[in-house]
Parts: sequence; C-alpha cells; structure tokens
Amino acid sequence: MPELVAQRDAFGEALVDLGARNERVVVLDADLASSTKVSLFAAAYPDRFFQMGVTEQNMMGVAAGLATMGFVPFTSTFACFAAKRALDQIRISIAQPRLPVVVVGAYGSLLVGKNGKSHQAVQDAAIMRAMPNMTVVAPGDGVEAAKAVFAVAEYGGPVYLRLTRDPCPVVFDDSYEFKIGPAVVVREGSDVTVMTTGIMLGRAVEAAEALQAEGISVHILHVPTLKPLDVESIVAAAEKTGRVVTAEEHTIIGGLGGAVAETLGEHRPTPMKRVGIADVYSESASNDALLEKYGLTSGHIAAAATALVSGATAATKVKR
Amino acid sequence: MAGTGDRENLAPLAYKLRRGTIETLCRAQAGHPGGCLSIAEILTALYFKVMRLDPANPDWQDRDRFILSKGHAAVIYYVALMERGYFSADTLATFDEIDSILQGHPDIRTPGVDMASGSLGQGLSAGVGMALGARLDKRDEVRVYVLLGDGELEEGQVWEAALTGAKFGLDSLVAIVDDNHVQLMGDTAAIMPVEPIPDKWRAFGWNVIECDGHDIAAIVAACEAAKAVKGRPSVIVAQTIKGKGVSFMENTHLWHAALVSDEQEGQALAELCALEAVFDA
Repeated sequence: MPELVAQRDAFGEALVDLGARNERVVVLDADLASSTKVSLFAAAYPDRFFQMGVTEQNMMGVAAGLATMGFVPFTSTFACFAAKRALDQIRISIAQPRLPVVVVGAYGSLLVGKNGKSHQAVQDAAIMRAMPNMTVVAPGDGVEAAKAVFAVAEYGGPVYLRLTRDPCPVVFDDSYEFKIGPAVVVREGSDVTVMTTGIMLGRAVEAAEALQAEGISVHILHVPTLKPLDVESIVAAAEKTGRVVTAEEHTIIGGLGGAVAETLGEHRPTPMKRVGIADVYSESASNDALLEKYGLTSGHIAAAATALVSGATAATKVKR
Repeated sequence: MAGTGDRENLAPLAYKLRRGTIETLCRAQAGHPGGCLSIAEILTALYFKVMRLDPANPDWQDRDRFILSKGHAAVIYYVALMERGYFSADTLATFDEIDSILQGHPDIRTPGVDMASGSLGQGLSAGVGMALGARLDKRDEVRVYVLLGDGELEEGQVWEAALTGAKFGLDSLVAIVDDNHVQLMGDTAAIMPVEPIPDKWRAFGWNVIECDGHDIAAIVAACEAAKAVKGRPSVIVAQTIKGKGVSFMENTHLWHAALVSDEQEGQALAELCALEAVFDA
C-alpha cells in the first residue's frame, strides 16, 4: 500500500515554508482555516494572516487590493465557495486586471467530509478554465500540492489552486520538480493512455497495476495544469497509444475530459472515454460509497481502459 | 512628489470636466451621463487638491490610491485623469474605439487607474486591501479613496467590506458616497431604499462626514477631517444631483445611461459654459 498524505496537510505545511522564504506572501481566510490548514500559516505569521470572516466575495477584493500593493495573497476557502460564490469578484477584481492572487480551492472534489452537495466542488475547474487570464492547477498528491505552492507564488498572475481534503496515495517522491504547464508522464505504457488531473492520479496508478496483470499496458499522463493545457504532450500520448481515458474527480463537462476531447478533436481524433462525475449533484455519504456510486474508483478507470482496448463502444455503466 | 496641481479656483474646472464628459459621450455614443455629472466636484477635489499623486510616475508607490467603484462613471474619470496629465486629449478621443486604453469601465492598464471596476460593489474591498497593504509596508502617508454610488450600496459586498474596514481600523481608508438619490430604473428610494445612509455606516463603526458634494471646499474639508480621525475608516456622504449642470439631465433616471445627440450636446455645452463662466468670475 502506498503512503497516504492529505493534500491539505501538505499544503498547510508548505505554505508555512513559503512564508519563511517570501515575506510578501499573505494569507486571507474566510473562517475555515482549521479545515483548510492555513491555520498553520496563521500561527506562524499572524501579521501576514488576515481573518476575513465569512465574506468570500469581499475576501477576493481585499486580496486584489493587496496584490496591487506588491503582495502575493493566497485566499483560502472551500472550492465550492471560491469558484461560485465569489466568481464575479474573481473575474472583475483578480482575473481581468491580471493580479497575482492565488485563489485556493480547498475541498475541491466530491470528498468533503460528508457535507454533501452544497460543499462538493465538481464544476470549479471547468468554471475557472473558462476564465481568461486564469491558470488552473490541480495537484495529484501531497508532494505535488506542496511543490505547487511555491510555483504558484512565483507565477505572477492569477492562479486557481484546486486541492483536496482527505489522505490520498503519494505518487511522487521528493525529487519531483513541479512546473506550471507541463503534463507529466508517470508511467510508460503502450495500449491505452490514462490522463489524470488531481487526486485521480493515485487511482489511475492502481488501475494500471491491476491491468498490467491482465496484460494491458497503461501509459499515464498526469495533467496537473488544466490551463494552460499542455496540448503537445496530450497529442503525443494519444498518438502513442491510440486510446485515451481521462480521469478526474470533477464533472466530465469542461474539466480535463472536456479539455482533452477539445484538444484531440482538433489535433488528433482518438477514441476516448471520460471517467468523472456525470451531470448530477451528488450527496452526503462515506468516501468509498461516493466514489463507487459516482464512478470514480480505480475499477472504473480500469473498466474504461479495458473497454477501449477491447474495442467495446458501450459507455461504462454507473450505478444510480 | 505630492503635487496637487497649480489651480487656485477649482470650481470652473469641475465644469470643464463636465464639458469634456458630454463631448466624449456624444462622440462615442455610449456611456453614463447622469452619474458622471454628479461627481465632477468630488473628482476635482480629489485629483486637484486632496490626493498625493505624480502623473509623470503613475506607479509611484507612495501615492494615494483612488478606486472608482461606480465604474460606469468612467468617462468623467478619464477626463479628470487627462486634465491632470496622465494622458493626452488625443488619447481621450480614442474612448470606446478598438485597441483604446480607455475602456467602457475602468481597466487597470490605463495610466492613473489603480483598480479595475465595472461590476458594482467591489471597489471598497480592494480599497481595504490597499489600506492593509500600505499599513503592512509602513507607508503611513498613503491614503485610499473609494467612490461609490448610493444605488451601489444595495450590493451586499459593500457591507462585507464595511465590516472589514472597521475590523482592521483602517483610518487611511475613505469611502465617498455619491448620494444622488437616483439609479438606472428610478429613484433609489423606490428601487431599493438605502437611506438613512449615514446611520448605516455609523452602525458599521465608520466615522461619518456629511457634505455638499458640489462644494469643492466642503469636500476638501471633509477629506481633511477624515485624515484627523484615527483608528477607524471614514465615509463622506456627499449630497449630489444626478446630471448636475445640465438642466434636462438633472434629477432624472432617464439620463443614467442615455445617448447624447448632437443637438442635446450643443444645449448641454452651452449651459455648462455659462455656469463655468459664472464660477470663473
């Protein structure tokens, strides 16, 4: 079993490290610091931590103002509130003026601690991807999340950093170098490419290992930067294996699956399947039950890959 | 450089800004006349008397900041910036043309524009951030002015920002409410009552100053009074007249966003010239 690390913990610790190295970094919280783990930064640098209370829209504007004064603000709240409640503030006050604010979407995805559909964020990446000037990063594990913290702080423009709550498998080792933009080949294979973003990476690795035993060779291209998209690597992987499965803990509309379909449709039409959440609101339940019902386990990835390899055309059935 | 301009009698200048606004609106066949004309004296006081600025160095770090939160009044803002020396009259003439640096609502790439706006209710939050940033950097001279419309106070984010400004005791932050009592569809009192405005800000912990928004000396005095208050932000509730200075545009929502015809331009400019002459005497 791989080691499990929660992205929020890795992020919170990395942010403290970043704060020590960069005095211009400030953090704004909308009364969720103990959940998102920016509480660690608050304890380390109380002068550079601003508690905004439950004012997400206001928080985005305050961060924008701080950015115009030469600071590097991180705003922290749940992804569902960042990407939707404060969307217009992100558009007008951050993205249009291209200010270097890092909007952290904590609790991005389905697994938000039994809080249910009001707190699940499974459209956030699609929404942010559609916004000009916005860079969208969804790390695959705790290591990548920690490395991304440093990269987004140096980026110099608006970034949406999509993170998750619960422990997930560690895929990368400490020597891994994260860069905004490039997709990463995590595993070489020849029969089918699984493209992942966010924490579906660990499940894709698990699926690839299971399929190996069945004689199917899986290539994994991890896409931590959803925008700007690494078109070249996506096309190259599609050419290499001729079959593509996308996997994301996000709606299949407009996220990684949408982005890859758009890209391949234009540059290299390739048979593909999208593993992700159908166009539905989910519910509150245990993580395992949610992943099973909404089609996000390693088994769902493996089934999609197998179907492509065997030439089956029927969509993977998801229990409702 | 803490230049404040060289002009002594500023009252005629406010009318000059109004004339430039009408000319620009008519030429572009776009824009918002009523809410531009109501803030002529406020902008004149800020840009030619109150604020520490250096138009030759728009990014001077110790300058005062200004945010036009009611971004639809962009045209008179551009006229004021042009008169203050941030860009030329030729640039002003490009308003609303393709590739212009002057957008329908304020864009941060325009020299002199400190913050983008155009979706109501957002400017005060950015002002809070600027005041916090100045404090963190110990730039104690920097003051931050945010101009809001009274209709804009219907946006909930304004009150989130008001809570925040008070929480952090941002005494370098000054909100100015252009209280012209009229919004796009009618009188503010009918569309969504926001009065009593001073009482609301007092309840939110702000120092409240009320003044005549068409009296430049009163606006300057209000800004000076705000500077003397420590430990909390100030709001200047400026009583104004929507469409001020053009008889047929005054006190009516019909000129919130109407197009100015050539004939109307002629009449408006004649009235504004006559008023400018009175104040120039």
